[in-house]
Amino acid sequence: MEALKEQVEEKKKLVATLRNKPWRMKRRLDVLKEAQDFVEKFEGALGKGKGRRLYAFKVMMAKKFIKFKRDFENFKTACIPWERKIKDVESHFGSSVASYFIFLRWMYGLNMVLFGLMFGLVILPEVLMGLPYGTIARKTVPRAEQDTAMDYSVLFDFEGYCKYSILFYGFYNNEKQIGLLKFRLPLSYLLVGVGIFGYSLMVVIRTMARNANEGGDGADEGDFTFSWKMFTSWDYLIGNPETADNKYASITTSFKESIVDEQENQKDENIHLRRFLRVLANFLILCCLGGSGYLIYFVVKRSQDFADMDNADLSWFEKNEVEFVMSLLGLVCPPLFETIAELEDYHPRIALKWQLARIFALFLGNLYTFLFALFDEVNEKLEREKIIKNETELALAHYYANYSSFYNTTDVPPPNVHPADAIRGPCWETGVGIEFVKLIVSDVQVSYLTILIGDFLRAVIVRFLNYCWCWDLEAGFPSYGEFDISGNVLGLIFNQGMIWMGAFYAPGLVGVNLLRLLSSMYYQCWAVMSCNVPHERVFKASRSNNFYMGLLLLVLFLSLLPVVYTIMTLSPSFDCGPFSGQEKMYDVVMQAIDQDLPAFIGNIFTYATNPGLIIPGVLLMVLALYYLNAVSEGYQQANTDLKKKMQAARDEEKNRRNNKDSTNQVMKDLEDLLPNKSLIPRPIEEEPPLDVEKVSKPTKTKPGSSGNGVNLQKEVSLAAPNPRGPVTHGPGPRGGPPLNTRGPQPGPARGRGRGGHPRR
Amino acid sequence: MGNKQTIFTDEQLHGRYHELAPHLVPMDYTNEPDCKVPLSLIVNMPELKENPFRNRIVESFSEGGDGNLSFNEFVDMFSVLSEMAPRELKAIYAFKIYDFNVDNFLCKEDLEKTLNRLTKEELTPEEVELVCDKTIEEADLDGDNKLSFADFENMISRAPDFLSTFHIRI
Repeated sequence: MEALKEQVEEKKKLVATLRNKPWRMKRRLDVLKEAQDFVEKFEGALGKGKGRRLYAFKVMMAKKFIKFKRDFENFKTACIPWERKIKDVESHFGSSVASYFIFLRWMYGLNMVLFGLMFGLVILPEVLMGLPYGTIARKTVPRAEQDTAMDYSVLFDFEGYCKYSILFYGFYNNEKQIGLLKFRLPLSYLLVGVGIFGYSLMVVIRTMARNANEGGDGADEGDFTFSWKMFTSWDYLIGNPETADNKYASITTSFKESIVDEQENQKDENIHLRRFLRVLANFLILCCLGGSGYLIYFVVKRSQDFADMDNADLSWFEKNEVEFVMSLLGLVCPPLFETIAELEDYHPRIALKWQLARIFALFLGNLYTFLFALFDEVNEKLEREKIIKNETELALAHYYANYSSFYNTTDVPPPNVHPADAIRGPCWETGVGIEFVKLIVSDVQVSYLTILIGDFLRAVIVRFLNYCWCWDLEAGFPSYGEFDISGNVLGLIFNQGMIWMGAFYAPGLVGVNLLRLLSSMYYQCWAVMSCNVPHERVFKASRSNNFYMGLLLLVLFLSLLPVVYTIMTLSPSFDCGPFSGQEKMYDVVMQAIDQDLPAFIGNIFTYATNPGLIIPGVLLMVLALYYLNAVSEGYQQANTDLKKKMQAARDEEKNRRNNKDSTNQVMKDLEDLLPNKSLIPRPIEEEPPLDVEKVSKPTKTKPGSSGNGVNLQKEVSLAAPNPRGPVTHGPGPRGGPPLNTRGPQPGPARGRGRGGHPRR
Repeated sequence: MGNKQTIFTDEQLHGRYHELAPHLVPMDYTNEPDCKVPLSLIVNMPELKENPFRNRIVESFSEGGDGNLSFNEFVDMFSVLSEMAPRELKAIYAFKIYDFNVDNFLCKEDLEKTLNRLTKEELTPEEVELVCDKTIEEADLDGDNKLSFADFENMISRAPDFLSTFHIRI
């Protein structure tokens, strides 16, 4: 009975695994029929009929669930936007150009979340539950400006109606709670402002960690590059001729990339000349950077002088000198750096990194100079504000005095001044917000124009003028442009940095950026496909995007600093924005803690901010960092050791057949030290070369696979040849068994560590 | 690319087989007739038309190596190339496909042919040589300058994309 049950189980298992056997269809069908007959005949005898139905039901549910999961995964993948566009670009231009677009898409996702936060928690409550336009002073265009408020040029400068709208900080009211839901807008504004940084930080670090995992995971990243490319790159699902063409192009590109990588490894160098050239190049570039820094400083100083002069006397150029110079530098310097970098002769991927770092330094200088200029402006506005504030209070005091003396009452109604006529402070936050928005807009305009002129116009000229020009325009001087990866990536990163800095002062900025990124995606994809040609030297982007992410992280920190500084030290304007009336902006949080939350939370905060608690906390974190760093280094060391071992084992195997000599240098040295080399047995002649000595590898060698006719023999025992040698020599000389037992194999090193070596 | 099913009904696959050569393939298979559809008709199927290895694929599944498939072999081919087939099975047939001279080894000529088909001969001869040499260097474990099945299997079993690319949906 038991034996029968076992047999039935075995047959069932056979049926289940029948698909996996590499037999001919006929054989499979025969075996299947036989097994099914057997199971049916004897299962009935065992009385398992009912259980089968339940089992079949369970199997069907499992299959449905697997199908559902697969469909859901397909749906999720189909939802990723622009996937086909990016694949098109990738197959034509290689993975490094495509990596820019992937980065752009990621950035779009990040901005979407930030926009959602800002819109849902700040803008929407103010619009829905706050006071509408025109009701209070801060929300109305002042009387003096009302004539020009709708003019296109004024709107373009973000003055007029734009300035007094939800786009900027000044619009928001400082009522503690608004609407039916008692929504705390000032608190929410502050928390969202800080939350934007927190979320961005978390996302960037998480992406970096994930990339680091992917990068370090495949220990075989370099092992089988060419083999994998050759055997797994063609996608058998392709049925469309155009897709097939793209795929051919991309496979060719990918092979060329790997060939370039390989050749770089094999180049030999003239070190001294290279070093000299590199030092020279770095020196030149430092000079350029210094020059540009000084230029900006000079221009900013001039603009401060201009600000003192009357606005009408200045030409357009002088008014916008700072932005103009910054854009010009941003256009001229990167190609200059690239030309100088040709002296250095790096691998393209490393050259790209250097280029990125240099342009980064350039933009950083620009940005911080801009910020300092802005701070000067802010301080000056703060001064003016003090004066106006005093004036307003004075006026109010006069009004009360007059009123009470005129009507002889102490119950004085507030002055009914039309909101457009009230005295206004300069509202420095809105001013800062306007500056950022103007910078972003001019940045967008410059970059779009550059693409239009530099790529599109150039391509049109080259294509059409080529018919009537003396030399070949396409191959010669202008030719078609190549896609500038480093410039674009850095532009994107700095753009994001400015968004982070400006989002606090201009809540609508994130929405503007979202539109910009969306249009940028389509515009640049079109421009690349129609006006650019692939790079001459095609190279693979580094596997992990961590370099870009690292830059982004750095920019995030740098843009966090000004915002935090202003929140902590500068006092908010007295008549505009959600924090008006407070001493410092973060007072809103303190008030909320004191008044709205239960008492013990306030106590907790007081304890938590005690330096006695904070300093040990910081120390603990530093120690934890150090410990984790040490642990990770230990793991990396273990990793490299294992890799080395595997590599040594493979090399040994390879050379075993070829020259029977130890490849290991240490082994060679040891061999040389042996006293009497002639006594080392040479069993090579005794081995017929036809002996298929196939090593059983650590991976599986299934008996099933021998169905193919390939003979896999297990390792021939190596004990056989050796004893024959020493035996003939007899025990006299010191060769023979003692030699073999002493250490690792001398002479014919037969795959050390493979199989069972009795001598060890 | 057709329906997403992997478990076919008899009629569906038979229908596809029949429409390749309606005058050759009988509708009724109960008598187990012995007819084979020639290679030239099979490689014109939409699923195989754009594949650079279509001839080799069909040849590896045919009994005599000539590329004419009976219905059983037809089903076998699409079953191995489907999603559900296990990795080992696919590796065996992949090896057969890329072995152009059918000697149970992937020698340098086989690799060169594969590469030229993949890149439509866009690479220079030096580049082709370099790639083939590197491939053999990477995957060959027993040092005989060609890849036996064990070498190939060792290499392909670690490839992350193998299962997803060696897949035809019908």
